[in-house]
Amino acid sequence: MTLFGYRVPMMASLLVWCVLWEIVGRLDLVFLLPPLSEVLSAAVGLVQTPSWQSATVTTLRAFFTGMVLSIVIGVPLGILMGRVKIADDLLGMWVNIFSSAPLSALVPVLMILFGFGERTIVAAVFLFAIWIIVLDTRAGVRHISPSLIEMARSYGASRRALYLKIILWAALPEILAGIRLGLIRGVKGVVIGQLLVAIVGYGALFETFSRNFRMAEFWALTIILFAFALLIAELIERAEAKVEYYAGAR
Amino acid sequence: MATGIRTESEAVGLATRSTRGEVDGWRDQPVLLRLVSIALFAGIWEIAGRIPVSFAFPTFSATFTAFIGLIADGSLPLAYVSTLQPLLLGIVLSAFLGVGLGTLCGLWRTGEWLLIPVFIVLQAAPVAAFIPMVTFVYGIGMTAKTLAVMILALPVIVLNTYKAVRNVNESLVVMCRSFLGTRWQVVTQIVLPDASPVIFAGLRLGVAAGFVGVVLAELLITPTGIGDLITFHRSRADYAEMYATIASIIALSTLTLIVLQWIEVRVFRPETRGA
Amino acid sequence: MRAAVLRKEPSSMPAPIDPIVEVRGISKSYGSTEALRGIDLDFPRGKLTSLLGPSGCGKTTLLKIIAGLIKANAGSIAVDGKVVTAPGPERAFVFQDFALMPWATALRNVAFGLELRGKARAEREEIARHYIAEVGLAGFEDKYPHQLSGGMRQRVGLARALSVDADVLLLDEPFSAVDEQNRRKFQEDLIRLRSNQNKTFIFVTHSIEEAVYISDRIVLLSPRPGRVSQIIEPEIDRSGDPDLIHRDKHYLDTVQEIWQGLKQYAE
Repeated sequence: MTLFGYRVPMMASLLVWCVLWEIVGRLDLVFLLPPLSEVLSAAVGLVQTPSWQSATVTTLRAFFTGMVLSIVIGVPLGILMGRVKIADDLLGMWVNIFSSAPLSALVPVLMILFGFGERTIVAAVFLFAIWIIVLDTRAGVRHISPSLIEMARSYGASRRALYLKIILWAALPEILAGIRLGLIRGVKGVVIGQLLVAIVGYGALFETFSRNFRMAEFWALTIILFAFALLIAELIERAEAKVEYYAGAR
Repeated sequence: MATGIRTESEAVGLATRSTRGEVDGWRDQPVLLRLVSIALFAGIWEIAGRIPVSFAFPTFSATFTAFIGLIADGSLPLAYVSTLQPLLLGIVLSAFLGVGLGTLCGLWRTGEWLLIPVFIVLQAAPVAAFIPMVTFVYGIGMTAKTLAVMILALPVIVLNTYKAVRNVNESLVVMCRSFLGTRWQVVTQIVLPDASPVIFAGLRLGVAAGFVGVVLAELLITPTGIGDLITFHRSRADYAEMYATIASIIALSTLTLIVLQWIEVRVFRPETRGA
Repeated sequence: MRAAVLRKEPSSMPAPIDPIVEVRGISKSYGSTEALRGIDLDFPRGKLTSLLGPSGCGKTTLLKIIAGLIKANAGSIAVDGKVVTAPGPERAFVFQDFALMPWATALRNVAFGLELRGKARAEREEIARHYIAEVGLAGFEDKYPHQLSGGMRQRVGLARALSVDADVLLLDEPFSAVDEQNRRKFQEDLIRLRSNQNKTFIFVTHSIEEAVYISDRIVLLSPRPGRVSQIIEPEIDRSGDPDLIHRDKHYLDTVQEIWQGLKQYAE
C-alpha cells in the first residue's frame, strides 16, 4: 500500500491495530482486554520473574527436543518414501491422515503414556511437527530431476554419494519448507500440549493468569508466544531464501 | 515476509496438488495396498497392545469392541451431536466470512494492507492459547465452541481466498476487459471462477482446522461432546473406550477431508480427473 | 550424389576400421511399446557419429543404453571389445537439460565426475579449470548455474564430460535447450573440439542440419519401433572456415536427401 507517495510495508498495519487495541483497552470496551501499554509493561515485569524464566526454559527445551526428533526421524522417512515405492504405498496413507487429523485429540493419550510432564510435551511437539516434514521431504525427493540422478550414475556415483551429494541437496528447498511448517506446527503442539497438561511451563502460567484474572499478564504471555512463533518462522524463511535460487533453477 | 505469503496450504500431500504438478494422495493408490496398509497398522497396534507397551495401551481388538459398545449404548452418537453442531456452524460462518474477507483483501489494496498481516500472524501463531479466554467471555456453551472453531478455521480460509484472488490469471482478466467486461463482470465471471479451486482447498483446510478447534475446546473447557467423552473415560481408566473415541474423531475428520478432496477433484479440477 | 550412402544391408556395409563401441542386437520395450528393435551398429574410433531421427525413434533410449543408464531387453554393448552393462569411466554423458547441480559452482560441477572418483580436491580443480577454459568459460568458475545462460550451462556440462577423460562422449541433444545463435557457435566449437581432442563422439539430434554439419557419420533411425534405416557419411571438408560449410554443395545436398527420406514421418 502506498500512502502520500511512500510505500508502507504491509506489516506496518499491525501498528494500526496496536493503536486500536490501546484505544479499545483504555475505553474498557471489551471485557478482559486491558490496554496494550499495560500489557507491554506487564510483559517487561513478567520476563523478570523466575517463574517465567523457568517456564521458558522448560518450554524451549521441550520444543527443541521434539523438533530435533521430528527432523531426525522425519527427513530420512521422507527420503525413504520418496525413493522406495513400497514404503510410500504403505506409509503414505498414514502420513497423510496424521498430517491433517485433529492431533489435539491424541494429547490425552500422550498424557497417560508419558505422564504429566515434559515428556508428554516433547511427544506432542514431535507428533504435530513430523508429518509435514515427511510429506515435504518426500515431495522434494520426488521432484528431483531424473537427469540429475542419471548424471550421478553415469559418472559412477556410489549409493552413498548419490544420497549425500545429490538427493539430500536437491531436495533441500522442500526439506527446509517442511521444517519451517513443522516448526510452526511444533509451536502449536507445545502450546496445546502445555494447555492440556496445564502444570508444565507456559501452560501452568496461562492457567494461573486466567484463573486469577491477571489479564495483562495473560496477554503479555500470548504476545511473547506469538512473537516467538513468528521469529522462528522468519529465521527459517531466511535460510530458505538462500536456497531458493536453485529451487527454481531445477 | 509480507510479500511472499506462505500458508499451510502450500504443504504438500493432502493439502495442495496443483502447485507441484504431481497428483498424489488417495485416489491413485491401489485399493489393495491401502487395505494392506490398514491391516498392517491394525496388526502392529494389536501386537503393541498385547505386549503391552504400556498399561494404558489397549489392543486394537479391545478398542474396536469398545467402539461398538459406545455406539450401542448411544453415548458416542450423543457426543457427536453435541460436537458436530458447533463445528458445522463455525465452519459455515468461517466460510462465508473468510471467503468474503479474502476476496475483499484480494481486490482492495487498503483492505489487504490492513487485514492480511493480522491473518498471517494468526495463522503462524499458536492461537489455541485464546481458547481458554473465549470460555471466560462466552461461557461453556455453543458460542464458545463455535468461536474456537472459527479462531482456527478463519485465517487459513481468508489467506487462501486472498492468495487465489490475487494470483488470478491476469491474461483472462485482460481478455474480459478487452471484450468490454465491467468491473463486476470481471470479478464474478473471471476472478471468482478462476480462484475457486484454491478457495475450495482453503475451505478444506479450514474444515481440518475446525476439527482441531472443536476438539481442543471440548478438551480444555467445555465438558460436553467428544472431548468430554475422552476426558471421562480417561478419568475412569477405560482406556479402550478412550482410544475408541479418539480414533473415531480422527477417522471422521479424515473421511470428511477425503470426501471434500473428492469433490474438489470432481468439481474444480476437471483437468486432473482423467489422470 | 557425393555423400556416400551406405544402405542397411550388411553386405554393402564396409566394416568400419577399429570400432570403439559395438552395439549388437539391442531391443528395448516399455510395456507393450517397442522402442528399439534389433539394433546393430558400430561406432568408429575418433569419429563423430550422429543418431538422427524423428521423435519416437528411440535415439535417446539407444544412447542411454550405450551409457549403461537403461538396461536393454536383449542384445549387448561392447566398448573397446569389453561388454558393458553399467556406466563406466570410459564413457561420459552430456545431458539435454544440462543436469547441473544448482547448489554447486561451475567449477565444482565440472569437477564432479572426478570428485566421485575420489580425486584430491586441488588436482581435480586444476583439471576442471583447464577444461572450463577449453570450452571458453574462463572467468566463470565461481558462478552458479542460475547465473549462467543456457549456452554457458551446457558448456559446463561439456567441460564436465571432458574432464573425466573418457574415450567416448555421449551427447543427448545437447543443444536443443540452447538458443539459435549459441547453438551455431556451439556447433562450430564442437567441430574444433573434435579435431583436437581425439575422442569418439556419439551425438543424438533431431536436427538434420546439425547432424550433417558436424558428423562424420549419420545413423538414421526410423520410428515405432526404432530401427536403423540408413547410414550416411557426408564427405564434407571441415578444416576451413566453419561458416563455409553451410554453403557447401555437399552439405546442402545431404540435408536435402535426408529430408526426402524423413519427410514421410513428419506428422
